[in-house]
Amino acid sequence: MRTAASDLELVRPASLAEALQALAGDPALRPIAGATDLFVDANAGVLRGRRFLDLWPLRELARIEVKEDVLSVGALATFANIARAEAVRQRLPILAEAARQVGSLQIQNRATIGGNVATASPAADSLPVLLVAEAVVVLQSTGGQRRLPLTDFITGYRRTALAAGELIAAFEIPPLPDGAQRFRKVGARAAQAISKVVLAALVGPVARLAAGSVAPVPLRLSRTEAVLASGGSLAEASQALQEEISPIDDLRSTAAYRRRVAQNLLESFFAGR
Amino acid sequence: MRFHLNGREVDVQAPAMKRLLDVLREDCGLTGTKEGCGEGECGSCTVLLEGEPVCSCLVPFGQVAGARVMTVEGIPADHPLLRHFVEQGATQCGACTPGFLLTAYALGSRAAAEEVRAALAGNLCRCTGYQAIYRSIKKARA
Repeated sequence: MRTAASDLELVRPASLAEALQALAGDPALRPIAGATDLFVDANAGVLRGRRFLDLWPLRELARIEVKEDVLSVGALATFANIARAEAVRQRLPILAEAARQVGSLQIQNRATIGGNVATASPAADSLPVLLVAEAVVVLQSTGGQRRLPLTDFITGYRRTALAAGELIAAFEIPPLPDGAQRFRKVGARAAQAISKVVLAALVGPVARLAAGSVAPVPLRLSRTEAVLASGGSLAEASQALQEEISPIDDLRSTAAYRRRVAQNLLESFFAGR
Repeated sequence: MRFHLNGREVDVQAPAMKRLLDVLREDCGLTGTKEGCGEGECGSCTVLLEGEPVCSCLVPFGQVAGARVMTVEGIPADHPLLRHFVEQGATQCGACTPGFLLTAYALGSRAAAEEVRAALAGNLCRCTGYQAIYRSIKKARA
């Protein structure tokens, strides 16, 4: 390991209250959970920070439950937990589907949904689903709780509105309107790939659409939705989609391929609407 | 720090942010766990943490306090997986073998055949073309 581990500190809180206290007292403390992103940086010798706050023991943040008709997914729920959770499979099956496509089984057993959102990668598999579900991020600090819609929480390329001293506690997902939920991740191979394009949608009287890997942030495609809502044709919706996305050429794909695939997915999702 | 390694309680002194992979190899002397990519892509370093496959290159040692860890050395010598891997030629260079064995061991006989392939998607092998590995696992489950 190229990062010398011996002078790195791992603070292990006994409770959420203790974790929040530690974070309030030391803004440089970096939260760590499944470490599937963070330890890649460590292994590459580019790890930021010297002191880490271990969230893994805080099992109270791993709960998945339905409360007053709202699906609550704890930030520490792993993708393996989410893929198996009956409440998720019933209410938001595309989240279970996305969870089964995050990395490999080894990664799904450790990677948490809170980490996926905190990292805020434009290629994150779960984020287009959470955008379509209009998920609300529950943020906790010693000062209390606040709630932010996910669209407001992600502020830019790998940037979020997480304030100093705050942890992501959970995601609250209200019931979705009637319709078919659709999800498709396109990568270089069927498993263990980082996406070239991700599209999640609700196809029904209310149309919702969000995409990953086609802009600096995971994107809710509200103008495309508006075209569909007003009875516009698929060609008009595709036109709106092309105007909303801004994919780039990178090591995984090209902008032209991403544009074509995003449009193909839109057409396949909404062809029989 | 105390944890359970291959069924025995052990007490190992190592930095909390050291990779579990390195602790197993350097501090516990168990070199069966191999490093491949070091970024969670190849599955070479797979161990079982609380019975579930994880990449040991991505686990800070401090997080396994009190937990159960199983490495390839913990698979019983008479387990059918080992015999069938040998008989079917499922091993060539051997770097990926411990990871495959542990992922397959964790699945036990509970998964359907197609789920076995999906579960093994995070274990890469550049020698065998996978067929001998799938065959060995199928025979071990029979």
